[in-house]
Amino acid sequence: MAPKVPPQPTLEQSSNAAEAGHGHAHEAPPKGLMRWLLTTNHKEIGSLYLIFSLVMFFIGGIFALVVRLELFQPGLQFVNPEFFNQMTTMHGLIMVFAAVMPAFTGLANWMIPLQIGAPDMALPRLNNFSFWLLPVSFGLLLSTLFMPGGGPNFGWTFYAPLSTTFAPPSTTFFILALHIAGISSILGAINIVATILNMRAPGMRMMDMPLFVWTWLITGFLLIAVMPVLAGVITMMLMDINFGTSFFNAAGGGDPVLFQHLFWFFGHPEVYIMILPAFGIVSAIIPAFARKRLFGYASMVYATAAIALLSFMVWGHHMFVVGMPLVGQLFFMYATMLIAVPTGVKVFNWIATLFHGSISFEPPMLFALAFVVLFTIGGFSGLMLAIAPADFQYHDTYFVVAHFHYVLVPGAIFAIMAGVYFWLPKWTGHYPHERLSQWHFWLSVIGVNLTFFPMHFSGLAGMPRRIPDYALQFADFNMVSSIGAFMFGFSQLLFVAVVIICVRGGKKAPAAAWGDYADDLEWSVPSPAPLHTFETPPNYQRPAH
Amino acid sequence: MSGSYYVPATSKWPVLGSLALGTMMIGTGMVLVHGRGTIIMLLGLAGVVTVMALWFRDVVVESRSGLYDAQMDRSFRWGMGWFIFSEVMFFAAFFGALFYVRMFAIPWLGGEGTKGPTALLWPEFTAHWPLLSPPDTSISGPQQVFSPWHLPLVNTLILISSSITLTVAHEALKEGNRKICRNWLAGTVLLGLCFIVIQGVEYYEAYAHYGITLEAGIYGATFFILTGFHGVHVIVGTLILIVMLVRIMRRHFSPEEHFGFEASCWYWHFVDVVWVGLFLFVYVF
Repeated sequence: MAPKVPPQPTLEQSSNAAEAGHGHAHEAPPKGLMRWLLTTNHKEIGSLYLIFSLVMFFIGGIFALVVRLELFQPGLQFVNPEFFNQMTTMHGLIMVFAAVMPAFTGLANWMIPLQIGAPDMALPRLNNFSFWLLPVSFGLLLSTLFMPGGGPNFGWTFYAPLSTTFAPPSTTFFILALHIAGISSILGAINIVATILNMRAPGMRMMDMPLFVWTWLITGFLLIAVMPVLAGVITMMLMDINFGTSFFNAAGGGDPVLFQHLFWFFGHPEVYIMILPAFGIVSAIIPAFARKRLFGYASMVYATAAIALLSFMVWGHHMFVVGMPLVGQLFFMYATMLIAVPTGVKVFNWIATLFHGSISFEPPMLFALAFVVLFTIGGFSGLMLAIAPADFQYHDTYFVVAHFHYVLVPGAIFAIMAGVYFWLPKWTGHYPHERLSQWHFWLSVIGVNLTFFPMHFSGLAGMPRRIPDYALQFADFNMVSSIGAFMFGFSQLLFVAVVIICVRGGKKAPAAAWGDYADDLEWSVPSPAPLHTFETPPNYQRPAH
Repeated sequence: MSGSYYVPATSKWPVLGSLALGTMMIGTGMVLVHGRGTIIMLLGLAGVVTVMALWFRDVVVESRSGLYDAQMDRSFRWGMGWFIFSEVMFFAAFFGALFYVRMFAIPWLGGEGTKGPTALLWPEFTAHWPLLSPPDTSISGPQQVFSPWHLPLVNTLILISSSITLTVAHEALKEGNRKICRNWLAGTVLLGLCFIVIQGVEYYEAYAHYGITLEAGIYGATFFILTGFHGVHVIVGTLILIVMLVRIMRRHFSPEEHFGFEASCWYWHFVDVVWVGLFLFVYVF
C-alpha cells in the first residue's frame, strides 16, 4: 500500500511547486525505517494507519477465533473461563480501538486531502504523533495479557465494580494504555476537522464536499466531544482502584451505575464514530458503479448530522435493565427509535441511487451492496433492542452480539474493505486482482452470515453472552457460528494477498480509475498518487448535475 | 496564497514524544501497581516536557522565519479551538458525575423515588449534601466542608481579575504597547501563582483540619477530581503565560501576528470559566 516514490511531475502542480520557494522544496526524505518514523506526509501516515489496523484486525480476529473454538461444542474444551473472559474483552477492545477506528483514520489521512484538494493535513507533525501513539498504546494493552493475574477480563465495556473492586492488577496498565489511545484519537480528530474546515480548494463550499469528507467532519466532532469523557471515566476508575475514592462505590455515596452512564455517554457516539465514515465510503462507491449521481446529497448530509446529534441522547438504551426511572426508559426508547428516521433516509437514498442505474459488480461495489443489505439487518435488530420491554428479554444475550456484529462486521468492516478496493488503484496504480477479490468477497459474505445469523436464534432462545459454556439446546447454532467464524477469519488472508499483489503489480489503472461517476478530486491526480499532491490548490469545478 | 502552505519535511519530535509518553505511562503503572519504577516515570515525564519544549521551539522558529501564512494561522486557530472544546468535555464528565451523584445516586440511597430497593442497602442512611456521613460506616466522611466565602471567594476574585489583566495585556499588544503588555502579563502570571498557592493552602487545610480526603466518600472524590484537574490546568496555564512573557520580552510578537499569545489567552479564559462553575457547584451550592 506504500505510495510509489519518487513523485512523477504532474499536471499543473509541478510548475508552481518549483516557484513556490519558501525553502520547502522537498529535501530527500530519509530512507528505510526513519522515513516511516519521521514522516509528515499524509499518504505515508495513512498507509501506516492502515497497515497497523490490518495487523490489529488479525490479532483481534485470533482472539475471536479462540472464543469461537471454545464455543464450538458445549462444555469446556480448550481454555479455562478466566482466559475466555480475557479473550472476549481483548477481542472487543482491539477491534474497536485498534482495528476499526485506525482504519477509518487511515482512510481519512489518505483521502481527505486528496478529496478536498489540500497539499496535506492541516497539522502534519501532529498527524504523525497521533499515529505513533497507537503502537505504544496497544503494545502496552496487549502486554497486560502476560502480566500476573492476566489482562482485562471484564468485557470491553469494563463496567465497575468488575473493572475496579474485582479487577486484575493489570487494570491500571489497561487504563493508561487507553489514555494514550484517547490522546491519539482526539489529536487525530482535531487535525481532520481543522483540515476539512480550513484546507478546501478555493471554490469548494461545504456542500460541495464528497460525503466521505462530510461524514468524517461529523465523526471528528463526535470524537472530540466524547473521547475526553472516556478519559474522564477511566481516570475515575484509576482513582477508585489506586487512591481509595468512591466514585463507583455505593458504600461511599458513589454509584456503579454512574460508571455506566458516563461510559455509554461516550459509548453510543463511539458506535457512530465507527459507522458514519462507512456511510461516506458507501455513498462514494454506489454512484460510481450504478453510473448515476448520488440521490439526495443534501439529505445525506443532514441525516448524518441528525444521527450524530441524536447519538448524544440515547445512551440509556444500553442500560434499560440496570434500573432506571420509567420516564428515563421512555425517553431513551423513543429517542433511540428516532434514529431509524435519518438512517432510513440514507438507506433509501442508496437504493434510489441504484434504481434505474447501470450497475456493474466490481469488488468495491460487491462490498458496498453487501453493506447496504447486511447493515440494514443490523439496524432492524437495533430497533427491536430499542423497545425497552423487549430489551429486558434480549439484554446480554447473543441477540445483542448478533446485532452489533451485523453493524460492525458487514457494516463498518465491509465498508472499510470496499473503500480499500475502491482506492487501491489510486494508492498503487493497479487494479486489485478481480478473481481473487471476488473469492474474498463471497467467502467473507457467506462466512459473516454463517457466524452471526444463528446468533439471533441462540440469543432469542436465551443464550447469555460472555459465558464459555452453554446448555445443549444451543449446540447446533454455536457449531454453525464457529464454522462460519473460521471461514470468515481465514478468508481474510485472501484480502492480504489481494493487497500485496496489488502493490506489486497488476492491471494498470488510469487517473480516473472507476469511470465518469467517480469524479471527486482524488481521481484527477495520477494513479498512483504522487507523494505530494495539490501543492498548489486546484481550482475546484463544480460537476454539472 | 498558492503553494504557500508550509508542510514540514520530517520531524523527530512526534515519534520521540510518543515514546516518552509511553515510558511515562509504563512508569506510572509500575509505581501504582508494583510500588517501584519512579525513575522510569520521571524519565518519561522529563522526556515529554523536553519534547514539547523542543517541538514548540521549532514552531516558534518557523513562525518567526515567515514560513507561515494566513491559512496556517487559521489551522492553528481551529486546532486550538477544538482542543479547548475537548477540554470542556473532559470537565463535563466530572461535572456530570457530580450532578448525577447529587441529583440521583444519593437521594436514591436515601430511599427516594422508584428506586426503593437501593434504600434497603443501608436503611440507616439519610440523604444529604455535602455528604458528611457516607452510607457505610467503614468510610468516614469529611468533618466539615469549606465555607465558599473565605479562600474560595478569594481565589474566584483572583482568577476573574487575572482574566481582566490578561485582556488588558492583549489589548496593549494589539496597540503595539509592548511594555504595557509585558507589565500586565506579568501581573497575570503573579495572580496565577497566587491562585496556585492558595489552592495548595486549601488542600493542606482539607487534609489537616477538615477531613476532606480522597478516601472521604463521594464528597472528597468529586471535590478533589474537580479542583485537582482544574488546579493542574492553572499550573499549565501559568507556565504557558510565563513562556509568553519571555516571548514578549524577546519581541516575538507584532500587533497583527501573535496567535501564540492569543491561544494562551483563550486557554486562560477557559480555565477561568471552569473555575466559576467549580465555585458555584462545588463550593456555593
